[in-house]
This record gives sequence, C-alpha cells and structure tokens, in this order.
Amino acid sequence: MTTTAAMTRPGHETIGAAIRAANARGETAIVGFMTAGFPNKEKFLQELVRVANTADVVEIGVPFTDPMADGMTIQRASHQALTGGVSLAWILASLQALPVRPTAPLLLMSYLNPLLAYGLDRLPAAARAAGVAGFIVPDLPYEECADLRTALESAGVGLVQMVTPVTPPERLAMLCREARGFIYAVTMTGTTGKTAAVPAAVTEYLQKVRALATIPVCAGFGIRSSEQVRLLKPVIEGVVVGSALVEVLERGEDPVAFINALRA
Amino acid sequence: MQRLFEVGEASALLCREIAGEFPDARGRFGPYGGRYVPETLVPALDRLEAGVHRWLDDPDFVTELGAQLSDWAGRPTALSYAPTLSARWGAKVYLKREDLAHTGAHKINNAIGQALLAQRLGAKRIVAETGAGQHGVASAAACARLGLPCTVYMGAIDCERQAPNVGRMKLLGATVVPVTGGDQTLRAAIDEALRDWVSDPNGTYYLLGSAVGPHPYPLMVRRLQSVIGRETRAQMLRQTGGLPDAVFACVGGGSNSIGMFHPFIGDTQVRLIGLEAGGRGPALGDNSATLTMGRPGVLQGCYSMLLQDADGQIQETHSISAGLDYPGVGPEHSLLMSTGRVQYDYITDDEALESLAECCAAEGIIPAIETAHAFTGARKWAAQHPGATLVICLSGRGDKDMPTLQRTLLQGAL
Repeated sequence: MTTTAAMTRPGHETIGAAIRAANARGETAIVGFMTAGFPNKEKFLQELVRVANTADVVEIGVPFTDPMADGMTIQRASHQALTGGVSLAWILASLQALPVRPTAPLLLMSYLNPLLAYGLDRLPAAARAAGVAGFIVPDLPYEECADLRTALESAGVGLVQMVTPVTPPERLAMLCREARGFIYAVTMTGTTGKTAAVPAAVTEYLQKVRALATIPVCAGFGIRSSEQVRLLKPVIEGVVVGSALVEVLERGEDPVAFINALRA
Repeated sequence: MQRLFEVGEASALLCREIAGEFPDARGRFGPYGGRYVPETLVPALDRLEAGVHRWLDDPDFVTELGAQLSDWAGRPTALSYAPTLSARWGAKVYLKREDLAHTGAHKINNAIGQALLAQRLGAKRIVAETGAGQHGVASAAACARLGLPCTVYMGAIDCERQAPNVGRMKLLGATVVPVTGGDQTLRAAIDEALRDWVSDPNGTYYLLGSAVGPHPYPLMVRRLQSVIGRETRAQMLRQTGGLPDAVFACVGGGSNSIGMFHPFIGDTQVRLIGLEAGGRGPALGDNSATLTMGRPGVLQGCYSMLLQDADGQIQETHSISAGLDYPGVGPEHSLLMSTGRVQYDYITDDEALESLAECCAAEGIIPAIETAHAFTGARKWAAQHPGATLVICLSGRGDKDMPTLQRTLLQGAL
C-alpha cells in the first residue's frame, strides 16, 4: 500500500468496491480462488498476477494439512503446495514483494491454526503490508472469531463471514450484519468441489441472504460454468470459483481464458 | 511441562474443574476446547448440544442406556486384583477390565450412548471414524443393535494393521470406507467423517469416538465414559475399603483416560497418570506424545495441545498402536495437564510391547497395545512407590493387534 488513500481506507472496503464495480459494468463479479504455491511457487506467482488482472477479487488459499472443509481438488493442491515448502510467511513475503500490485483486491483463505502459529499479534500488520484486504477462515465460526476479527480490523483488514442454507434466520441476520468485504453464501451444503445445477431452493436462499445484506453477496462451492453464473446473476453480486479454477491450473490450462469464459 | 498459566491461575482453574464448571457455556475447559467448525455444522452442533442437555439426564434415557450397558454390553466390568504383577512390582495392582466389555474395549460405552441419543434426535444414518478399529466396531455393533445404518471411515494404513476389525465391522453390517487421503490414519479418518457430516448435517449423526472435537463432543464422551471411573471408585471402596494411591490410563484422544480419571478428580490424594505413545523416540514425527511434546493450537474442532510445526501444520505421528496414533488430544486433558492435576508421560513402542508380554504371562490377559502403555507407566511408578495400591485402566483387549504382534513379539516364535 503506497498511496495515502489506500492507507486510510480500510482494505476490506476495496473488496466490496471491486464487486460493485463489476456489477456496474453489468457483470457478476468473479472471485477466483487459487491455492498458494500451486502447482509450484513460481508458476503460482505468475498466474496470480494474470488472474488478479482478470478476476474482480482473488482468494488465495493458505495450504493446510487438514483442510476439513475442502474437497479432493483443493486437498490435493494443498498437499502439493506444502510439499513445495509453502507457508503463510512465504505467502505474505511473496505478496509484499510483487513487482506490480495486482488490480484485484486479495483475500487469504486460511484454516485457523496456521494463523495462530504465525501469531495474531503480528498477522494484521503483515497482511496489510502484503496488500491483503480480508480473510476467510472456514473453521472459525462467528462465536470464536472475536480475537482474530479485532486484530485484523485494527489494520483495516476484514473478516468475511460464511452463511449456509442450513443457517437459521436469526443467525443469518447476525452474520450478514457482522460480515466484512462480502458475504460468502455457501450454495451447496457440503465440502467444495462437487458439480451442481442451481435448484429453486438455492435461489430462494440467496434471495433471503441478499435481503439481509448491506454488503455484496457472493455464492460459492460448486460454481464451474457460465450457465451457473448466468442463472445466479439476478440474485447475487458475485460468485466464488474455487475447485474449478484449481482444476484448470492442475491441467495446465489458462485460468484467464477460463474466467473470461465464465463471464460469457 | 509447558507452563501456560501462573501458578495462582492454574489452581483457580483446578478448583473450577473440581467443582464441575467445565466445560463452560462456550464449551471451554479453561482456555481449551471451543467449537472450531465450518458454519454448516454450527446448527447441527447446537442441536446436538441441546440434545445432550435434554437427554443425558432424562430418566427414561438413563434407564434405557443402563439396560443396554448391563444386558448387552456386559457392565459393570470386573475390577481384577493382579496377584502376579503385584508380587513382581511390589505393589497392589488392580485392573479395570474394559477388555471384558462387549466388542472388547471401553469404546462401547460411548458408542451405545451416542447411538441412543442419535435415535432420539431423529438421525437417518450414522457416520463414525476409527483408528484402531475399536470405535468402528463398537459403533457398528451399537447401530446394528438399534437398527441404524452405519458408515465407518478408517485410514488405509489402519485398515491394514487392524485387519481383523475391518472384517468385524463388515459382519456387523457397517460400510467401511478406507481413507487414502492425508496421513491415512485416524486424523485423516476424522477429516473425512467431518466432510461426510458437512454434506448432510441434518440427516446424518456423527458418532465421534474420542473426547476430542468441537463442543459438545468432549463433554458428551466424558459423560458416557465416566462409567469406568465411577465403577472403579465404588469397586475399590468395596474390595479394599479405600481409594487407590494412583490410577493409570493410556491417552490417545483421551476417552478411556478421561472416563477413568474424571470421577477421581476431586479425590486429590489419588495420583492420576496418563501415558502417551512415545513411539520410536522424542523426535518430531516419531511419536504421538501430544501433551508432553506439543503446543496449543486448533485441529478438528477444538483448541488443545497439538503436534505441529512452526508454521502450524499438523505433524505426521507414529505409534505402534493405531489407537494412540493421533496428533491432538482432548481439551480437558490439556487443562488437567496445565493445572497439574494429571501427570502425563510417554512410553515407547518397545516398552509397551514388553509390558504387553508381561501382562499376558503374569495375568492371562492379552491387553491392547494401547493399554500396554499404561502398564509400563504403572510399573515404573510402582518402582518408586513400594507397597502402593494402584489401578490400571485395561481399556481393551489385544486380539485386534495380532497382525502387529505376529510381526513383533511372535516373530520367530511360531
């Protein structure tokens, strides 16, 4: 972060702004997920810059040995990244050292333990210095998040909240109120990576979330086709594309072409 | 021992533990425990917590569980005086015979209790994880007994080293799914069972087998396993007229040990000693001695001691006993260690095998390799405390370990 404006504006507000900007262009915002250091450190950094210049927001997965909320694709990618020596410290240092700051805001998706090991005292400043605007922590429900949330917000870094189709109404309202950046609406009950159409119940659920939200809503888990993006467009501001994008990278295909195809 | 609190704070926490204040409303045992799960599971855990409070003390539930435990599972289990070990060790040694419980280990106490609860909560199917296979077999048996479909996740490595238990689970009607991801042992099996549960949190009941995981599991498993310590305490008073000087149990996730220790926690004159798997030795990756070697962190739903590297990645572990081969431990054990109420030590693979052989020859009982760790701890302690009275939780029988024993103790003997 170099400009004065960026220093004073909380980082998490850049996330919502990027999503709204895509909507203003008549597009559903694309939040692209990449596992850090996958398929290897060099290739990841190259593709990150390209993806960040195409997607509206980039979610970078911090690899963890026990990714209990992830499906096989991201488990495999995490394992490979860990074998390649990827750590949160490497990720933060590499992001800080990027020669050109990516246009899209960056989020880190991490299980809690690597964040605890890094130290909640030094994480916010390091994240801010690396240009990280927000965090998604899939094993940290709201009731347990106060320490991390307070620490991150001191540096203007937001904590995204997830909501699901099984979240009861009053809890849904609370999570929508407390979320920063965007609201991550899990569209399929289950771990990431399975295929799905968009059933009426999902549309209904997303409409409910949107009615409660004051920041953008992005649907995630199982998004892999332009058809799904098109069907979801009337009800949400953005989609998170996770396993499908990691599979593209796994096959050695072009992630930029894939993201552009999703918008078609 | 890692000192996490000031001495005054530790004794205040111990007073609260003895007073029965833990877990608190947030599922905490002092700083440990909690509920670190994906949002999808929060409503399911809320329902489970409500179910625990609604049913575990309900008179009809208590009666039905009591009947299953006595008429089907074979409780109360015996407390056996061990004359030969007593003579050899220079102590009075008693064995709490969980090996005599149905399916051969203490795991049945928890499995039948949770299966009864699952039934009341309207579960359509049960998923369970298993390490040594004892919890898988107990879950399969309890589900068969109650007519519930059961799927058991088991690490591929454990399927091989505990092959007899895989067959038992299948005979009992369970679907056994070998887990080839992750470390292919208990930890990977728990990850996979959690993923299954996340995909159907309303219809599926996750029957977790140890005193680990998110609140309310550590509480529920402790409550269902405390029958071990309650029986032992009453049997000691009846058979010897007093309480033991020390009580020993092996600690993996920590279910037999918390069940044995908890009813004795207020008897502060009784020493409580937990034995972890020292594996091949103290180097990282060579053992599963979480409490003695680990640092606090979050794994699989709770904040507790963990074997992890500097980056917070969970370490591969080793133990000859699949049931102890786990990088985490129940949060209440972390509290009990931090407060000094329970002393934890580790026992190597070779020491455990030696104790297993000693118990077989001396008392005519083949204990599980897990259990054998507690025997070594007791023998060492007895050597320092001549004439003491001690109880060992004989958590399970060793039949399941025959493939390992063939390769080790019996190598060249047949």
